[in-house]
Amino acid sequence: MTDAALPNSAVAPAAPAAPAAPARRDFGLRRRHAAERRFRFYGLAAIVIGLGFLAVLLFSIVSKGYTSFVQTSITVPVEFSADIIDKDNKRATDPRVLVSANYPVVARNAVARALGISPDDKAAMRDVAKFVSDGSRATLRQIVLADPSVVGTTRPVTLLATADIDSANKGQIDLSVPEAKRKVSDQQLAWLDQLRQQGAISTPFNWGLLTFGASSRPETAGLGVALIGSLYMMGIVLLCALPIGVAASIYLEEFARKNRFTDFIEVNINNLAAVPSIVFGLLGLAVFINFFGLPRSAPIVGGFVLTLMTLPTIIIATRAALRAVPPSIRSAALGIGASKMQMVFDHVLPLATPGILTGTIIGLARALGETAPLLLIGMVAFVADAPATPLDPATALPVQIYMWSNEAERAFVERTSGAIIVLLAFLALMNIAAILLRRRFERRW
Amino acid sequence: MKIAVFASAAVIALAAGLGAAAARDQIQVAGSSTVLPYAKIVAESFGEAFPDFKTPVVESGGSGAGIKQFCEGVGEDKIDIANSSRAMKKEELETCKANGVADVEEVKIGYDGIVFASDIAGPDFAFTPADLYKALAAKVVVDGKLVDNPYTKWSEVNAAFPAWDIAAYIPGEKHGTREVFETKLLDAGCDKDALKAAGVADADVAKTCVAVRKDGKAVDIDGDYTETLARIDSNKTGIGVFGLAFYENNADKLKVATVGGVAPSTETISSGEYPVSRPLFFYVKKAHIGVIPGLKEYVEFFLSDDMIGPDSPLAQYGLVAAPDAERDEIRAKFEAGTTM
Repeated sequence: MTDAALPNSAVAPAAPAAPAAPARRDFGLRRRHAAERRFRFYGLAAIVIGLGFLAVLLFSIVSKGYTSFVQTSITVPVEFSADIIDKDNKRATDPRVLVSANYPVVARNAVARALGISPDDKAAMRDVAKFVSDGSRATLRQIVLADPSVVGTTRPVTLLATADIDSANKGQIDLSVPEAKRKVSDQQLAWLDQLRQQGAISTPFNWGLLTFGASSRPETAGLGVALIGSLYMMGIVLLCALPIGVAASIYLEEFARKNRFTDFIEVNINNLAAVPSIVFGLLGLAVFINFFGLPRSAPIVGGFVLTLMTLPTIIIATRAALRAVPPSIRSAALGIGASKMQMVFDHVLPLATPGILTGTIIGLARALGETAPLLLIGMVAFVADAPATPLDPATALPVQIYMWSNEAERAFVERTSGAIIVLLAFLALMNIAAILLRRRFERRW
Repeated sequence: MKIAVFASAAVIALAAGLGAAAARDQIQVAGSSTVLPYAKIVAESFGEAFPDFKTPVVESGGSGAGIKQFCEGVGEDKIDIANSSRAMKKEELETCKANGVADVEEVKIGYDGIVFASDIAGPDFAFTPADLYKALAAKVVVDGKLVDNPYTKWSEVNAAFPAWDIAAYIPGEKHGTREVFETKLLDAGCDKDALKAAGVADADVAKTCVAVRKDGKAVDIDGDYTETLARIDSNKTGIGVFGLAFYENNADKLKVATVGGVAPSTETISSGEYPVSRPLFFYVKKAHIGVIPGLKEYVEFFLSDDMIGPDSPLAQYGLVAAPDAERDEIRAKFEAGTTM
């Protein structure tokens, strides 16, 4: 069949010489459909690329970091030998000897005995000493101080393994590298196997990662101080930025007359939202530390600096939320005799709350991930003791990540990724909270 | 607005009151990122050995920034110790004195070696300062004329080297390490007579010697050694500059090069055989000793052989201990309270 045999076929182009049939007008349908398909493809491609990068990022962090959540421990019977802890038998009169005793030697001897190594073999003892972390000093001291009667007795104690042994136990040591270049010798690997067969090696969940302070030893390094510091700072930001930001927005949005001056303020607020955070750090150093004399490295100063940084975000979000409340609500409230203040606090503000909370949480999440301003106020630091108040030195989560990423020891690589996972978990929690709050309270008109 | 002003004023006033009320009982240290790992080990051990004192807070940020903070003045809100990977400059000491920090005690803790290393799978390198100058200087003398550095492969610099493209990751200009790199290697390997013969003015010779090529063959690394290591991981024919401690911690990934025929190790550095090393310091504010609890004990603890001796934790980490006589001298100097 040919086209000529079907003169009325729909696909046949309308003949210009047939005015009776309505002319097929060119809507460019095919072109527009093609454009739409292209656009959809671009959009999809953009999302796929974005998700791809996210997946690569998450995969690289999780695959490197998940091992940091377990920590190799060695459980051996420890003899609290009076000869080492309290040579001169003075503990009854001078309890300080129990504090400064040489506990690492006690721990080393315990492992050596479990392996059946003679204490006279000096070279072997030196290698065995590399099994137990120096952090065992604190563990054993605690046991002895809590109950001095353990001196002279033997009891099983779980001790942290050193980072090198931990890596070896997790199979992270490349055994094809010549022994001299490795941090763990063949002999030590053999001992590790021996301990494993005795059932002395265990890999419990690494609570230390979340509770210990900073340390130069990977196995006793943790995020404890950083978590407390970040928590204090978030609290201070919330306490300072939310009232100030909401008050400023309500005034600007509901009470202030629109004139040059309020325009000027508005431009400035929008500007501040875009100022690099390091500028706030400089400001904080000059104002809070040098002028007001607040202590260096303290979360209170960090909190104030982050407050300054978060304020514009909160003000902008709050003003948008207030503006989204329909004017009819205001008119109705005023119409039944409410004062302006009653109108704002009883009617407008409750309706704007979900927007304000969302903005605040997003602002807080941004503040949680900030390091640059903290550098200048001394919070990028090695802090081992947990801060009791916001005036004591502390660090923050992202700062700890930065500091660990600069460490030379290999074991800090997995801890850096582990810390990133913890930070991401907190950020995800905050953002989920923001979404839930919005869902829960949002009203549509 | 008024509410906002009142609220912020109230919060700030409260904070200022709190701040003034709390006396500092914790040592504060800032400065060099090279000294930081050593200072951390000492601070941690100090906290464990002296339960009466709090563990000192050690900030990082670089020698220059640390000394600047240190020289801001005397008082509880100013730091007590500045770590530095170079000696304090005269101008810095003058700033210190102008700000009321009259008595500064200089304490040397030992030496740091600077090494060249490449990927562990690569061939051995044996550098001389002259090779490095030839490979990395901005301008070199060829046939009696000063020309832009024409060498693109290591084999062109010295026939004993492999035919790798030159790619060197060297410390950026803000690092204290850069100065050592320039004086101990570029300046030492630079043939000054040849430069003069090629028509460089006497006053410019020293500057020409240490100018590093900017054509991408020598890459300034402004971050830490971890960044240099990452660069070598991705470019297996790259050569990087590291601290001895960092190399020793990553000896399973890196192969170290000899300089002038000497392999870097704590022994060759403390004996002075290995040419590229530098002393590490910290500076103590004398006015704070006796005011900040534990400051004197901390410095004494730092200087004990348990910390900086040849068999100490710092030496295990990579610090090159000063010879016995020098350590005694350092301790005697601090004991006597000698200031700069």
